Amino acid sequence: MIALEGITKRFADHTVLDGIDLSLERGEIIVVIGPSGTGKSTLLRCVNFLETPDAGRIQVGDLQVDATHASRDDILALRRRTAFVFQNYALFAHKTALDNIAERMIVVDRLSKSDAHDRAREILERIGLADKADAYPASLSGGQQQRIGIGRAMAAGAEVMLFDEPTSALDPEWVDEVLTLMKQLAAEQQTMIVVSHEMQFAREVADRVVFMEGGHIVEQAPPETLFTNPQDERTRSFLRKVLAGNGPAAP
Amino acid sequence: MHALNVDYMLSLTPILLSYLPLTLGMASLGMVLALVLASLLAVIRVSRVVILDPLARLFISFFRGTPLLVQLFLFYYGLPQFLSFLVSINGVTATIMGLTLHFSAYMAESIRAAIVGIDRSQSEAALSIGMTHAQMMRRIILPQATRVATPTLMNYFIDMIKATSLAFTLGVTELMGATQKEAASSFLYFEAFLVAAIIYWIVVELLSQLQKWLEKRLNRAYQR
Repeated sequence: MIALEGITKRFADHTVLDGIDLSLERGEIIVVIGPSGTGKSTLLRCVNFLETPDAGRIQVGDLQVDATHASRDDILALRRRTAFVFQNYALFAHKTALDNIAERMIVVDRLSKSDAHDRAREILERIGLADKADAYPASLSGGQQQRIGIGRAMAAGAEVMLFDEPTSALDPEWVDEVLTLMKQLAAEQQTMIVVSHEMQFAREVADRVVFMEGGHIVEQAPPETLFTNPQDERTRSFLRKVLAGNGPAAP
Repeated sequence: MHALNVDYMLSLTPILLSYLPLTLGMASLGMVLALVLASLLAVIRVSRVVILDPLARLFISFFRGTPLLVQLFLFYYGLPQFLSFLVSINGVTATIMGLTLHFSAYMAESIRAAIVGIDRSQSEAALSIGMTHAQMMRRIILPQATRVATPTLMNYFIDMIKATSLAFTLGVTELMGATQKEAASSFLYFEAFLVAAIIYWIVVELLSQLQKWLEKRLNRAYQR
């Protein structure tokens, strides 16, 4: 189980996250939506301390970390139980696709190089890029890079995967292959929190959709409820904008 | 004024070439040690390690702020008066030490700049997979920074090869010292130093070729 309690983050005098509570069960898939600049990405980055929360508690499985006195070991443990997929892929530029995926298994999980490579090859197979094992990131398309980015996250065997707008930096032609891979993971009951603007994906895959605005969770519900019968005026207004002329779900 | 004594130059060449290994040896050892020290200094500076950071700053400031020749004299003639265990320091050791410390200060700054220039997403990705700060530096940041810094570092190596000629002031008979001796006995100063200059020049040219090849190789991962 993953639980966030009272996560608060301020930049200078601006409160980006104002005491966020969010919990999810093993295998649950949450999609976080909301206008830009409302702290969705910051929330995700607080879970593994890429941003240090100013207050709050984070629980991943049996690990509990209090933001106000998190030790270096706490943070490391948290990062090792989570996996992060970046908007701009952030693949290690000097490493091949295979090495990008194997890196964590070698350095963090202390697998032998050959075991790590074997497992990385399996992952490449699963993400449909077995033929790109020796390719460097610069030679791959955005879609391929992001699939490797997801492959790297899969290598963690993490309790929760965190996706930070995984398709926002992609040319439209590459979006589908990435979403398809994410659906594949969803079908395998991978616990995930996805920050995304892909409403169709949220509707198809999410167990619960969370609408955030102004550093607060305004409303959360299963997609069929949230998209068809939003309770809060702010949710309605946001959905009207993003779903305008986009199918039957507009309320 | 006399005609250029080509025969003398030809006969001198193999003699001077026999001192080239010492020249290159001092430069190579100095380079390896300087690289290690410079990387250490750069990481200390970038990571703002307590206590060590101001010391690294002072070290870099001193060794960049004073002439290499002064540093060499300080180590070879000065330090033994101060630290008795250095009485037996020989010219070659003092030269390697001087080159290492002097060039590490410069190299630390270019490595530091290269590290700072690596995109933040690289360190975030490294941290996100659970690497420690040290693992991130060693496996992700430094290898990429090395590529960026390599052209500059190769230039320092070339500089260092030429700077070994200062060792003759510490009584070391390397390429420059040998030339000095040969010229003093033949009185053919122009010919002797011309041969020495050409030998340095060719070595540096060969290294420039190596530099080009190395840069190409290091850029392999970045070809589209």
